[in-house]
Amino acid sequence: MGDKPEVKSTIPKSGRFAWWRSFTKNPLAVAGLLIVGCLIITAILAPVISPYDPQAINTWHILEPPSRAHLLGTDTLGRDCLSRLIYGVRISLLVGIVAVGLATAIGAALGAAAGYYGGMIDTLLMRFVDIMLCFPAIFLIMAVIAFLEPSILNIMVIIGLTGWMGVARLVRAEFMSLRERDFVLAAKLSGASDRRIIFSHILPNAVAPILVSATLGIGGAILTESALSFLGIGVQPPTPSWGNMLTQGKDNIEVAWWLSIFPGLAILIAVLGFNLLGEGLRDALDPRMKRD
Amino acid sequence: MPFIAYLSKRLIALIPTFIGITIISFMVMHLAPGEPIGVQADLNPKMTPEVRERLRALYGLDKPLYVQYWRWLDGLAHLDLGRSFAPDRAPVWNKIKERLPVTILINSLSLGLILLIAVPLGVASAVRQGGLFDKAVTILIFVFYAAPSFWVAIVLMLYLGVDLGWLPVSGLHSLMGYNALSPMQKVLDWTRHLLLPVAVSAMGGLAGLSRYVRSSMLEVLRQDYIMTARAKGLSEHAVIYRHALRNALLPLITILGLSVPGLIGGSVIFESIFAIPGIGQLMWSSVMSRDYPVLMGNLVIVSILTLLGNLLADIGYGLADPRIRTGRHG
Repeated sequence: MGDKPEVKSTIPKSGRFAWWRSFTKNPLAVAGLLIVGCLIITAILAPVISPYDPQAINTWHILEPPSRAHLLGTDTLGRDCLSRLIYGVRISLLVGIVAVGLATAIGAALGAAAGYYGGMIDTLLMRFVDIMLCFPAIFLIMAVIAFLEPSILNIMVIIGLTGWMGVARLVRAEFMSLRERDFVLAAKLSGASDRRIIFSHILPNAVAPILVSATLGIGGAILTESALSFLGIGVQPPTPSWGNMLTQGKDNIEVAWWLSIFPGLAILIAVLGFNLLGEGLRDALDPRMKRD
Repeated sequence: MPFIAYLSKRLIALIPTFIGITIISFMVMHLAPGEPIGVQADLNPKMTPEVRERLRALYGLDKPLYVQYWRWLDGLAHLDLGRSFAPDRAPVWNKIKERLPVTILINSLSLGLILLIAVPLGVASAVRQGGLFDKAVTILIFVFYAAPSFWVAIVLMLYLGVDLGWLPVSGLHSLMGYNALSPMQKVLDWTRHLLLPVAVSAMGGLAGLSRYVRSSMLEVLRQDYIMTARAKGLSEHAVIYRHALRNALLPLITILGLSVPGLIGGSVIFESIFAIPGIGQLMWSSVMSRDYPVLMGNLVIVSILTLLGNLLADIGYGLADPRIRTGRHG
């Protein structure tokens, strides 16, 4: 970018931003970051960029195929599919981020307690993780939803409450490997409280793997939400969610292909974006976690 | 008998997990707002407070929670999971029993399909690590992994079923004239009906597993004994398929066991799309109609299936790994 001749060094670059340099060298990771960036911008600008009101019913233009007026066609109530798709980004991101935030908080707290204290606490908590993992997540979620209203808030909380086990195992492993290290012993000898050691000394060292698993988790949560909404037990119409748009697509599969194709593509791209970003962060932040 | 010792240790470890499963299933039912009889009672205009109390007594809801739990556990031991709220009042276990074989059949078939494709794919990309093939497969796997299975199901239905009319899009077999078919034709009819559901249910697992095989294979190929095998002049084929693959596939058994809940969870989606009368569809319809006994029965049975899947994986691992089989380590 500059005019200066670049000095090639064989010494590996290090420092604060080394991970960023290695991240930007990975085309898949950059693609993931771009996709996620676009999604966030779309969600923020939804009212500005959507051509129509996503809820506006127009009985004169029912089930119109994609045209210049309606780029992605209209649905069974004559609503503009593109506008609904754009507002759907908000739902997907909201559910993904809140659900994963909750799951990460629970998982990190339980994992930290198990890994730091060990012994009986560890045994009990990890047994609890094993038990939770025996339930196919979607069955557990459906069982709880049957008792509650399928509102967006409930969906987010339930996905979070049933998705913390991976984080717990991860954080526990980090804590087990870190708690015997010299800097932790030093903190203990200088009289730091358990709380201080856990939150100020060990947890910051475990941020990288937590961040990676949270990024990958958002993709998973978006998939779960869309599956639930598709089955009619997630986000309820008229609120546009990619999942409930697909329900309509399935019901009109023989007459309106556009109702099925575009929401599905949107889910695929969003999940792909978070997964690529997560894997890219994994490779860049922590070479130990690199899969190959 | 080191294998017996290994096995009994695994079996004993299952007991607390099993108890935990039953407690959580029970708690989901009883700690939720509203009572299991609530919906039934609210919908009935003739419901008086006395009748409600009688109903509560009938279901044992007037007893303390631990008594209710013990009764429920006792029922579970005799496969008595109560009766459905549906008008037929059928025993829950009968409903589950009818549908379980279908779900197990489809999931076994898709597990087979996953193995059939994921192992060669993973090995091939590991051997060509960093090459064009490896990169293409990696991207393809990312896309597969991100694609929502219910959407893929719809697209395949639209294309293969509706547009081309090649495959039937719902049910386990044809409804018209099925009984007149010869046994051979019946098998063919089932195959045609199951092709799409099995393919869709295999998709997600396929992506994860082939990526796993790839990294496991890469790990093994870095080991010293592989270098030894190469150094003594064995062909690349022998090195990869005889020495590396067997060791790379060992952890796969555990992963397969762990993938059971995901597979069963997927049943909810493809069974409701393809109108297959399995356990997933039962779960969905019981959620929609708030048929709590069926719901809870489903939840506990499915988690026990997962537990059995894990146990099978442990047994498989014990049989496959000579260190466990013979008790010699090193």
